Amino acid sequence: MKKDLKMYWKKNLSLMVVLLSIWAIVSYGFGIIFVEQLNAIKIAGFPLGFWFAQQGAIYIFVVLIFIYYFIMKKVDEEYDVHE
Amino acid sequence: MSILTWTYIMVGITFSLYLSIAWIARVKTTSGFYVAGGGVSPLANGMATAADWMSAASFISMAGLISFMGYTGSIYLLGWTGGYVLLALLLAPYLRKFGKFTVPDFVGDRYYSDIARFVALICAIFVSFTYVAGQMRGVGIVFSRFLEVDVNTGVLIGMAIVFFYASLGGMKGITYTQVAQYLVLIVAYLVPAIAISLKITGTFLPQLGFGSTIAEGPNAGKYLLDVLNHLNADLGFAEYTKAFGQGSKSMLDVFCITMALMVGTAGLPHVIVRFYTVPSVRAARLSAGYALLFIAILYTTAPAIASFARYNMINSISGVEYSKAPTWFKNWEKTGLIAWSDKNQDGIIEYFPGDPFTGKPTFTGEKGSYGQELLSNSPTDNKNELFIDRDIMVLANPEIANLPPWVIALVAAGGLAAALSTASGLLLVISSSISHDLYYRLINRNASEKQRLMVGRIMIGLAVCVAGYFGIHPPGFVAQVVAFAFGLAASSFFPIIVLGIFFKRANREGAICGMIAGISFTCYYIVNIKFLGGTPWLLGISAEGIGTVGMLINFIVTLLVSFITAPPPADVQEMVENIRFPRGAGASIDH
Repeated sequence: MKKDLKMYWKKNLSLMVVLLSIWAIVSYGFGIIFVEQLNAIKIAGFPLGFWFAQQGAIYIFVVLIFIYYFIMKKVDEEYDVHE
Repeated sequence: MSILTWTYIMVGITFSLYLSIAWIARVKTTSGFYVAGGGVSPLANGMATAADWMSAASFISMAGLISFMGYTGSIYLLGWTGGYVLLALLLAPYLRKFGKFTVPDFVGDRYYSDIARFVALICAIFVSFTYVAGQMRGVGIVFSRFLEVDVNTGVLIGMAIVFFYASLGGMKGITYTQVAQYLVLIVAYLVPAIAISLKITGTFLPQLGFGSTIAEGPNAGKYLLDVLNHLNADLGFAEYTKAFGQGSKSMLDVFCITMALMVGTAGLPHVIVRFYTVPSVRAARLSAGYALLFIAILYTTAPAIASFARYNMINSISGVEYSKAPTWFKNWEKTGLIAWSDKNQDGIIEYFPGDPFTGKPTFTGEKGSYGQELLSNSPTDNKNELFIDRDIMVLANPEIANLPPWVIALVAAGGLAAALSTASGLLLVISSSISHDLYYRLINRNASEKQRLMVGRIMIGLAVCVAGYFGIHPPGFVAQVVAFAFGLAASSFFPIIVLGIFFKRANREGAICGMIAGISFTCYYIVNIKFLGGTPWLLGISAEGIGTVGMLINFIVTLLVSFITAPPPADVQEMVENIRFPRGAGASIDH
């Protein structure tokens, strides 16, 4: 039982690390640090870095939270800690 | 029908809606009062959170700010949305499992200390008051502009309405009213945006529209953003999509401001408390997702409005003779939000970088030779002749695009919904901080439920009066203190809540030292720049971004001090263990 809970917590933490890395890459990475390099690429009328900073990162934020919700729902049930 | 009639109708309908909801959702228990009895569905809570979050500043000012800042405006877009990812992954589920009423509650219990509770309480009250002062002013301004009443009368009407539904319904009443307010504000934001996108680019979705080509006129067939870059460059501004150019913020500063706004968002008490209102841990995660989805609808529309407005503005007034300027220009000139000082006496409105004159426009009351309002401000020696308040971008948008009067009325109702929903959420946090954390937890532990509800309602009354006072007599430093609200939230709550959940060894001594170190540094830096005229000495990081450094200091000090002092008692460690697993969350409990 105790061991299972440790595994549950570990799974939760590693999922968090993955999702937060994506969060940081799309906003701070694509939107700020590499914005000038990405602006050289254009998609329709959008310079890519500018698009990430004013549109793309926000869409990805929303998706990240829903991914966390769905995966954790499964993990909660797998380890029998759901409500 | 005239704009004014339409506005009375729209505002009348929406306000009666809010008041009826408050009456239906009125409450009798403390848990209903503070956390809506923990029974709000994730979808409804998501909408309420979105309305709570999006203030008069988001609704009225943000698109205008971005319009003038171009790429750099991304700090608000990223900063005020990215924090929800932190909330959903790092805070909301665990605070929901912990299941008490307020942020100071968590801090006080987790760090088994009334000093920690007290420090958190002071920060919560300060942050909320800072915020609410601006909201009441926003209510007054929207009323005065659209209903043609005095700003102060507007503030008084707003106070009465907020007091009515906040004291009657507590969190429950506020939550359901906010759901209605979200729907009003989002429709009011999208309708003009879609109309303008269709007009300029022929694309329905504004989010795609500002990356499309212009439909007609001399620039037909060219990409809107390319044209904006050229227009900006021709007038001597930095290109619209260019990052970190001359005259704009450095990469490090953009990074720090974005981080401080994100972390500050996740640490704001009136946002965190929303996640206590849902029935379970799973619902808290889902609710954060819905909240950000609903916020994103407005936040991805704002940059589109910004670029449309910039294009419209430059095209319709820069280099145009005053006598041929569009009617909206003259309408808004009366409000003092737009002003023209004909420096070279040629009758043409010339727009270039820099302030046209010092300070906000003050009209002499006389008309110039072209019929323009004359100014008593002393002109600057640059070539720019045009003053434009950034708020005009959203408020005048429907007029600029020639939309019918009911759309203009709808925007007024939307602005009011945004300001009122945020004000009521904040007032509840202030009242619960004082009546629950201060009165019940620290002063009178034997207070009955009835007494506490009574104190809660009295506190809402008091908070409304204080907020109204600041709305009528706005301190000159409202703009400056916004940096404070986020800086403080980032450097006080966020690190110790995160460590409280993910690091069992974090103890009382660490948390108190960490909070004090983080807050002191942030306050010192902001006061030095904003009030004492100091320079941003730390790598050029501006006052708005320094919360990021304050947060790091808080993290480091908390960790260091925790390691060299005794670990937390066994029951606290057990509690931390317990909040990590969703089962057994139950309703938010009284205690």
